[in-house]
Amino acid sequence: MVKVTIDGIEVSVEPGTTILNAARQIGGDAVPPAMCYYSKLPGTGGKCRTCLVEVAAGSAADPRPMPKLVASCSTPVQDGMVVNNKTSERVHNNRGGVVEFLLANHPLDCPICDQAGECHLQDLGYEHGSAKTRYEEERRTFDPIDIGNKIKLHMNRCILCYRCVFVANQLTDQRVHGVMHRGEHAEISTYIEKAVENDFSGNMIDVCPVGALTDRTFRFKSRVWFLKPMEAERSCTKCCGKAVVWMFGNEIYRITARKDKYGEVEEIDQKTAWLCNDCRFEKKDAADWNILGPRVINRQSVISQGKYATTIDKPVKRIG
Amino acid sequence: MKSRKLLLEHLDVPGIQGIETYVKQGGYTTLEKALKKMSPDEVVEEVKKSGLRGRGGAGFPTGLKWSFLAKPEGIPRYLVCNADESEPGTFKDRYLMEKIPHLLVEGMILSSYALGANTSYIYIRGEFMYVLEILQKAIQEAYAKGYLGKNIFGSGFDHDLVVTPGGGAYICGEETALLESLEGKRGNPRIKPPFPAVKGLWASPTVVNNVESIAAVVPIIRDGGDAYASIGIGKSTGTKLISACGNLARPGVYEIELGLSVEEFIYGDDYCRGIANGKKLKACVPGGSSVPILPHFLVTKTAAGENRLMTYESLADGGFQSGSMLGSGGFIVFDEDQCIVRNTWNFTRFYAHESCGQCSPCREGTGWMEKVLHRLETGKGQMHDIDLLADINKKIEGNTICPLGDAAAWPVAAAIRHFREEFEWHVTHPEEAQKRNYGLIQQPVVA
Repeated sequence: MVKVTIDGIEVSVEPGTTILNAARQIGGDAVPPAMCYYSKLPGTGGKCRTCLVEVAAGSAADPRPMPKLVASCSTPVQDGMVVNNKTSERVHNNRGGVVEFLLANHPLDCPICDQAGECHLQDLGYEHGSAKTRYEEERRTFDPIDIGNKIKLHMNRCILCYRCVFVANQLTDQRVHGVMHRGEHAEISTYIEKAVENDFSGNMIDVCPVGALTDRTFRFKSRVWFLKPMEAERSCTKCCGKAVVWMFGNEIYRITARKDKYGEVEEIDQKTAWLCNDCRFEKKDAADWNILGPRVINRQSVISQGKYATTIDKPVKRIG
Repeated sequence: MKSRKLLLEHLDVPGIQGIETYVKQGGYTTLEKALKKMSPDEVVEEVKKSGLRGRGGAGFPTGLKWSFLAKPEGIPRYLVCNADESEPGTFKDRYLMEKIPHLLVEGMILSSYALGANTSYIYIRGEFMYVLEILQKAIQEAYAKGYLGKNIFGSGFDHDLVVTPGGGAYICGEETALLESLEGKRGNPRIKPPFPAVKGLWASPTVVNNVESIAAVVPIIRDGGDAYASIGIGKSTGTKLISACGNLARPGVYEIELGLSVEEFIYGDDYCRGIANGKKLKACVPGGSSVPILPHFLVTKTAAGENRLMTYESLADGGFQSGSMLGSGGFIVFDEDQCIVRNTWNFTRFYAHESCGQCSPCREGTGWMEKVLHRLETGKGQMHDIDLLADINKKIEGNTICPLGDAAAWPVAAAIRHFREEFEWHVTHPEEAQKRNYGLIQQPVVA
């Protein structure tokens, strides 16, 4: 075990753990935000740069500070490492810069976006963004495209976290979508708009941190905070059948996987509880499901402001 | 003062592209000597002694880089030559490969022997197809002579050399993006760690070196590391290829001894012979488009008033406040008629076009800077845009996966630092700025 200090809190972790995962073991304010890293998808991370932290001491053996901020999701801890996250002014400034970049070409169409209320970019903007934009240029735009008959891609909202590409690589047998072009013009796309046809493609909606990939069976039906999340299960031959059904009255409006406080699909019986497309898109009748009870949403976001239990015990405060 | 030539010594010998002439000039004897009389570690030791620093831009000691290579049992090691030379203003590697291809081939075999690599690759920029053909011909000749293949010079050392073209992306000159591209994937830089010395090509330990660094290994082993180290000043040893371009009377590729004064390089009869058409020097980018630009009063003298020399240290004297970098040796000179705002916009346009789009500060930041600079250049800028630019590049610098973000940020930061009044003039005189250039900026009065 190695010892690492993050924001003055010491924690012992397995060697090889990343700074971000060490911070998640501490929890609370010590955890840097992550837009592209997804612990259930090996290979993700390092791209969005929102999780940048300051390493004040590299290790006990070599206590020199690291000159640059490092991506906490992809930097392994060393014994005796001292990391500053929320306590560092430099991290705060640069994270604000990254959020500004992410929002520079973002359409800010939250009022008509299905992701509003459970969007990680909204939360990040609330915590680290500025009230006014300095971006006076014309925003880059793409036409929304249908990826099959169940998924809609709004490339305008995409932050190019590459998570959906990893889902396609790791959960499905034939990836037909990826990143095309480069730089500012880079976009997630299917080759010649080919439909993504496989049983687990719906999971890319769950991993998308923003509203770039949305569920066509739920689009514009309701705002998420009007719905009651309920834990439910059914026996399914393709997937674990353990889901959250989002209800209004006795009607099921949408079905998602069970996600933890970082927005990641939970592990159930040591397996990531990905949902198959049948469970996600086809089973919208309450009779299809065995409804277990209310689902606690553990995120500090609009989505957890509803009538059901939340863990917010203090107002979200803004520093700096 | 004429510089000694180590790399371009036989440049003018007719037929030096072919193996017969190259061998007649003493080619491949160094390889024979090393394979027969030296152990791999002795070769590495000579390179360490020579003080050779990476010629691709970063200037990291080559021998030290080689000694970091992990050597686990049963896993192959690779040497990859980075010939994806695409930095605006830099064209020295192309010249070397085009004129004396066998020097690179010999250097590749020699360096691979030192590293224990049985396969090596030359990753060449896709636009250099004709150079690729020259190299392939050279490699075939070397195979025919038995300098490549099995049991070279009866030493028991086997080596295969492959030359692969890139697909036309500047980013593939970044070493991990190069490796991705070589593996047949999209050329996105990898997240480090792990570094290539541990997990590089095909997840095996790999060394990536610039063309000129690998070519320089040949004279180092021929004459010995100490002889090489005796050229140059301090930690800048040996000779360096400089590709000089811009408003010079005689632009071109020059091999110089490190330690030559910048003044002699620009104005000397053996070198660039001054500014073209009798104009005055306005500014200089001494090491390829990504290094900070210097105004005329900081080109030949440092801020402290010392002579500036063509060395890694002297060009960096004063840090980014009043210095720059030797970089890759792309020496770009501007005369009094050039517009710095336009030039900065042009550089930024290049970086915005070449950003891979993987990490957010570079993807969004380079495009944003390009748009703001375009507005300033076309007379639609405002005063606060200049501060905005300075702030954007601070948010990019150091926060990206690979150095492309820094490379895009530095030239903008330096242009604003030294030529702020010219940017301001573009805002205050939008119509005049379309018709004429600002001219020379005034030298600050030193108290």
